[in-house]
Amino acid sequence: MAEEHVAPPVRRGLGGWLLIAMPYIWLLIFFLAPFLIVFKISLSQVAIAIPPYVPTFDLSEGWQAFADGLSELSLENYVWLTEDALYWRSYLSSVTIAAVSTFLTLLIGYPIAYAMARAPQALRPTLLMLVILPFWTSFLIRVYAWIGILKNEGLLNQLLLSLGLIDEPLVILNTNIAVYIGIVYSYLPFLVLPLYASLERLDGSLLEAAEDLGCPPWKAFWKITVPLSLPGIIAGCFLVFIPAVGEFVIPDLLGGSNTLMIGKTLWVEFFNNRDWPVSSAVAVILLLILVIPIVLFQNQQQKMSEKEG
Amino acid sequence: MPWENPDHPPFIEFRNVTKKFGDFTAVKNLSLKIYEKEFFALLGGSGCGKTTLMRMLAGFETPTSGQIFLDGQDLAGIPPYRRPSNMMFQSYALFPHMSVEKNIAFGLKQDKMPTSEVEARVAEMLQLTKLEQFAKRKPHQLSGGQRQRVALARSLAKRPKVLLLDEPLGALDRKLREETQFELMNLQEELKMTFLIVTHDQEEAMTVADRIAVMDKGELVQVATPAEIYEAPNCKFVADFIGDVNLIEAKVTEKTDALTRMTSVVDGFALECDQATDASVGETVWYAIRPEKVRIAEGNVEPGVVNHIGGVVWDIAYLGDVSIIHAKVGEDDHDTLRSTFANVSRIVEKPITWDDNVVLTFDRDAGVILRG
Ligand SMILES: Nc1ncnc2c1ncn2[C@@H]1O[C@H](COP(=O)(O)OP(=O)(O)O)[C@@H](O)[C@H]1O
Ligand SMILES: [Mg+2]
Repeated sequence: MAEEHVAPPVRRGLGGWLLIAMPYIWLLIFFLAPFLIVFKISLSQVAIAIPPYVPTFDLSEGWQAFADGLSELSLENYVWLTEDALYWRSYLSSVTIAAVSTFLTLLIGYPIAYAMARAPQALRPTLLMLVILPFWTSFLIRVYAWIGILKNEGLLNQLLLSLGLIDEPLVILNTNIAVYIGIVYSYLPFLVLPLYASLERLDGSLLEAAEDLGCPPWKAFWKITVPLSLPGIIAGCFLVFIPAVGEFVIPDLLGGSNTLMIGKTLWVEFFNNRDWPVSSAVAVILLLILVIPIVLFQNQQQKMSEKEG
Repeated sequence: MPWENPDHPPFIEFRNVTKKFGDFTAVKNLSLKIYEKEFFALLGGSGCGKTTLMRMLAGFETPTSGQIFLDGQDLAGIPPYRRPSNMMFQSYALFPHMSVEKNIAFGLKQDKMPTSEVEARVAEMLQLTKLEQFAKRKPHQLSGGQRQRVALARSLAKRPKVLLLDEPLGALDRKLREETQFELMNLQEELKMTFLIVTHDQEEAMTVADRIAVMDKGELVQVATPAEIYEAPNCKFVADFIGDVNLIEAKVTEKTDALTRMTSVVDGFALECDQATDASVGETVWYAIRPEKVRIAEGNVEPGVVNHIGGVVWDIAYLGDVSIIHAKVGEDDHDTLRSTFANVSRIVEKPITWDDNVVLTFDRDAGVILRG
C-alpha cells in the first residue's frame, strides 16, 4: 500500500484564497441564490400584482414587516402538487421519456464514440469537429427543421413513399416518437463526447491480452471495453437525462397535445396561468427529483472506491 | 540437445517469415526452429523486430509471407484466442477493473473450466508467484514488481504450450530483475513449458536462456547457446553486441588448417590465432578478443613474440569487482586495447597506474577471427 503523503502546509495569499473560493462564489451567485429565490416564491401565494405573488420582502419596511412576511409563507403549493394528478403524471412521463431517449441515445452514441476512438489518429480531430458542428446552428432552428422532415408531407415520408416502402404517410410529428427523435438528435453530442474521451484512453493492449487469454473480440468488448468506459457512459447519460427531463422546446414543437412533460406543464403554469408560486414549486420538485438520485449515486461510488482503499 | 539433431521435430517453427508495415520490412525472410521445453531468447536492439516476431506467433500480426508452425500445426488463419500460447505483455496489460485473482482467473473462465477447478488453479498460481495476500487487490494498488508477477501468473494460469514474454522485466529495478530472472528459470523447469522471451538486455538473455537468437534489422544474425554466442560470435555485430570486446583490424599473413597469422593494420603488431579462416592471405579481417582474456603486466615488450603487445596505460576504471585498463598501443589516443581483471585482493603491492609501460599478452585460443 502506498504511504500516506502529508502535504506540506501551504501559505496562501489573498489571491490563493480567491482562486479556491471562485467555484464556491460562482455556485453561490448562479445556483444557490437563484434557487433560494425560486424556493421562496414556491412558498408564497399567487396574487394579482407585480410580481404576481405575496408576500414580497422589502427591507425598507422594517423588521416587523419581514417577520410578518415570513409567517405568510407556507407549503400550500406543494400540497396542491400532490392533489392534482396532472403534476405527478407529468413528472413520471418526463422521467420515462427522458430515460427512454437516454437509452436510445446511448444505443446510437456508443458505436459512434467507439468508431471515433478507433479511427486513425489523424482523422480524430475532424470527427470531433463534425460531432460539435450542429452547435453552430441555433438549437431552435434545428428543432424546427425536424418538423419539415417528420411532418406528413415532409422529407422522410416523401422518401419512404417514393421508395415504395409505405403506401400512406407515417404520422410521426406530434407524437412521442417525434419527441424521442428530437431528444436523441439534440443531445447525442453530449453523450458522444465524454464517451469518446473514456474510450480513447482505453489501452488497446488490454483487448489483446483478453484475446490472448482465449476471449473472442465480441466477448472482450463486454468484459473489458464496456466496464472500462462506464465512467464515460454514466457521465454521458447524465448529460442527456438531466436536461431531457426538463426539456420544453422539443415536446412543445415536435410533441402532440397529449405529450405530457413537466417542462410544458411548468410553461403553462407560468405563462398561461401566471401562477408563479405553483410553477416554482414544480421547479423545486424537479430539482429534487434530479439531484437526489445523483447524490445517492455519488455516495455509492465514494463508498465503493473507499472500500477498495 | 535437440537443436544438434537436424531430425528432431521443432516445437515452434518460423519458415521464411517476412513482415512488412507498408514499405518498411520489420522481419526479413526469417527461419527459426525452437524446441519443446526450451527457454529461448530473442535478443536485439530496440526496433529490430523482436516484438513483431512474437506478435506474429501470438496471432496479433499476420506474416506478409511465410509460415509459422506450433506443435506441427500451421497457425495461419487461427485467431489469437484459439492459439495455445499465452503472452505476458511488455506493459503487463492487467485488467484495471478486476482484482488480482479475477485477472488470473480470466483465461481459465474463457475455457469454461468448472468454478472449483478455477479456484484451485488461481490459488496455485497465487502461491507460485507469492501473491496470496494480494489476491483481492486491484492492479493500481500494487507495486511494479507485484504487477509483473500478476501478469506472469495470468499468462501461466492456462498452462499454455508456449509462454511468450515480451521484455518481461524491463520495468523492474536491477536487483529485482536479477531475482526474477532466476525465478523465471525455476518456473520454466518446474512447469516444463516452452518459454520464448524477448529482450534487449544481453545479460538477461545469457542468464535465462538455453539458446539465444541475436536479431538485427529484422534478420537473425546468430542462433546459439549463450556460451557459443559469447566465445564464438560469428560476426562483428554479435561480438560487439554481446559483452565487451577489443576489435582489431588485421591482415592475414599466413594460414594453415590450424593456425592463422596476422598483423595489425594500424599498429603492425603480430597476432596468432589457432583458428582456421576462409579469408585468403593478404585479406583484411577482424580479430576479436574479450578484455578479460587479455593479461596485462608491467614491463617492455620483447620484439618478435606473438600476441605480445606493448602499450602505455591510458585510463583505468575501477569497478569494485573488476578493473578495466585502457592501454594505448598506437599513436592515436583512441587506439587502445582493454584488459579486464578481477580484483582478487583488497590491496595490491605495486598497482599498475597511469602512464606505466605495460605488456598485453593473450593465448592463441583467446580470440576469434571474424569477417565483415
Ligand atoms: N503496427 C506497426 N506499424 C508500423 N510499423 C511498425 C508497427 N509495429 C512495429 N513497427 C515497426 O517495426 C519495427 C520493429 O518493431 P518491434 O518489433 O516492436 O521492435 P522491437 O520489439 O525489437 O523493439 C520498428 O521499426 C517499428 O517502428
Ligand atoms: Mg519490443
